[in-house]
Amino acid sequence: MKTVTNWLDQRTGYKKLMHEALFENVPGGARWRYAWGSTLVFCFTMQVVTGLFLWLAYSPGSQTAWESVYFIQHEMWGGWFLRGLHHYTAQAMTVLLVVHLLQVVIDGAYKAPREVNFWTGIVLLLLVLALSLTGYLLPWDQKGFWATQVATNIAAITPFVGPAVKTILIGGDGYGHQTLTRFFAIHAGVIPGVIIAFIVAHIWLFRKHGLTPKEPRRRPDAPFWPEQVFRDAVVCLAVFLVILFFLIRTHGADLGAPADPTEPFAAARPEWYFLFLFQLLKYFPGGTEVWGAIVLPGLLVAVLAAMPFIGNWKFGHRFNLAFLGALLGGAALLTWLAVREDAGKPDYALATTAAARDAERVVVLARGPEGIPVTGALTLLRGDALTQGPKIFAKNCASCHRFGGGDALGGTPQDAPNASDLQGFASRAWLTGLLDPARVDSAHYFGNTKLKDGKMVDFVKNQVATFTADQKAQLAKVLVALSAEAGLKAQLAADARDTALIEEGRKIIGTGTLICADCHQFRTPDANETAPDLTGYGSRAWLTAFLTDPAHKRFYGERNDKMPAFGVTKQLSPEEIGFVTDWLRGDWYEPAAKP
Amino acid sequence: MAQLPHPSPSPDRRSFLAQAGAVAIGGALALAAPLAGLGVLLDPLRRKSGDGGAVHVAPLAAVPEDGLPRKFNIVATRVDAWNHTPNTRIGAVYLQRPKGRPESAPTVRAFSVVCPHAGGFVDFHTEKNCYLCPIHNSTFALDGTVLDPKSPAPRGLDELEAEVRGEEIWVVFKNFRPGVKERIPV
Repeated sequence: MKTVTNWLDQRTGYKKLMHEALFENVPGGARWRYAWGSTLVFCFTMQVVTGLFLWLAYSPGSQTAWESVYFIQHEMWGGWFLRGLHHYTAQAMTVLLVVHLLQVVIDGAYKAPREVNFWTGIVLLLLVLALSLTGYLLPWDQKGFWATQVATNIAAITPFVGPAVKTILIGGDGYGHQTLTRFFAIHAGVIPGVIIAFIVAHIWLFRKHGLTPKEPRRRPDAPFWPEQVFRDAVVCLAVFLVILFFLIRTHGADLGAPADPTEPFAAARPEWYFLFLFQLLKYFPGGTEVWGAIVLPGLLVAVLAAMPFIGNWKFGHRFNLAFLGALLGGAALLTWLAVREDAGKPDYALATTAAARDAERVVVLARGPEGIPVTGALTLLRGDALTQGPKIFAKNCASCHRFGGGDALGGTPQDAPNASDLQGFASRAWLTGLLDPARVDSAHYFGNTKLKDGKMVDFVKNQVATFTADQKAQLAKVLVALSAEAGLKAQLAADARDTALIEEGRKIIGTGTLICADCHQFRTPDANETAPDLTGYGSRAWLTAFLTDPAHKRFYGERNDKMPAFGVTKQLSPEEIGFVTDWLRGDWYEPAAKP
Repeated sequence: MAQLPHPSPSPDRRSFLAQAGAVAIGGALALAAPLAGLGVLLDPLRRKSGDGGAVHVAPLAAVPEDGLPRKFNIVATRVDAWNHTPNTRIGAVYLQRPKGRPESAPTVRAFSVVCPHAGGFVDFHTEKNCYLCPIHNSTFALDGTVLDPKSPAPRGLDELEAEVRGEEIWVVFKNFRPGVKERIPV
């Protein structure tokens, strides 16, 4: 063994290098407070290693970025852990950078002859922030997509070169494949390379000038190894445990729904440590953003960089301390304001809920038997009735109708409803309520419509109310049979079970004594029908035709109240009408329950 | 700072504990990130290709009766990591109807187009009436066996399970490990 190490040492001189690295003098002996720099080296190394592993599976491209991150997060062995580790270590790095900076300023370690080292540190701080900014876009989810739009648009307002810089940065006029390939190259290649060069310079300069000891020195000088190395290792372990805590608690980093330039995303926010800049921008009225986004932050960094010179002045060190305190205090205040403002906004809460719902749904669809098509996961959401139905309903139907009392997206429209509540439409429960004398003219059904004074309400209130027991039994069969016309997914088992009952019910509707057929057409053509056709009531074909033209003779005809003919007027496309229909009927993909 | 004398590490018990602790914690932390990535690195090992069911390839009438092979594409669902693409070309096979069989019992043979030597795409050479891999010049007879003994291919063309259902040909599509004598599906 000895011969081998000697052989290697003669050719590389590594023993001297190791000796210098390990036996660097620590003035006043090892202290816990000297460990911060080492935690940053530790975190950066973790980022390089986890980043390389993520690189094995990541595919930059508009139709593959989100999809590959989904695959890492939900399909690959331990992928969520790897990605979470990368995510939370990035956050830890930002915090540790601030702590390191604070310590350097408090201890006066920025003063001569360490100015250059202080500047390399500031460059490193900015580079790490740039890493975080570029990394945020890579999953290509709604959050990253919209938050990064803001960042690149800020680049675009830089005087003179801004628009060109933005175009070069995002690789074209808009976001796309080239944006991802560029951001990825910057995130995983350019910045890490520059950071490594600066870390080498930073540590070399640190070694050249030595550690800035905290006075008074409590103990005699000691070598770096082993006491200080041990302390560094323990602090790194503590940092790692904190990262693990967040990683396990949140089960890894968030992955939103795939980026969609056509889908509004009111919940777009940058990472929490950029929230102060985000909040700051709100105070600069149109046309003056350049001051808030570029000039002011630039000046603050300039003051930071001038600290070694300011420090020479009599009260310079105190000024520096006060400045840094004010800077961090201001950032904390702005962050708090941003969080508080969002907390008070119901719209923001709704937007985050909607974002979480889409994010969850797209994973269900991606794991479905069809998988993700080559056109990307966005295709899945855009073709999903459960995703699109409520959105179309909230925008087009909820001004009159309700769904479970709300607008189907968790909100409640301002105006009172003036049409029925469509949750469970055509189900047995829904029809039971419609034929209940106590409920038919409530706001849930016809209460706020013109039909309140119509024949149906009159029939239910005056005749059904006085039904004999036998008639009530017949009515129950009618309800089951009518609901079976819809063929609702949720009732398939019940319908299959009650075939005899349904058969009887159909006869009663068509010819029976409950006089349904007096007004309604059912199964046999009836030129004299004056109320909606009950043939296939609530089925996909029926509902689609109804939404297309409720004033058609087959439905309400001239007696139609305010319901727009969405298809005839082309307010909704056939595809959109299909989404609302499927969603109202509860017909969307659900994974089979695991045994 | 280089001028400062380097104090030597003290050999006392406290120093030993610090050394042991530094090595143990440092070692564990150094392993954390590589271990976290190991699963993703090894993930492909657990993913097996398709279920191996038979896929419809072509009508029997499309295969020449004179015994010459014809190339057909295998159209099936391609699963590529996160993407599922139904009805897409996932490979190709040569189909042939060996001569001299009674008309009532047409048998079809299917050969993989992938050379068992190094995975090249094997052509059918009409003039020489044999299969030829253009990469390293392996030749194969019509029945799939190695023709020229100097061919680098370690085995004949890989035959795939083919079946005639009514008037249609179905093939169990597979790939095999190249470069070895045995036929091992992958």
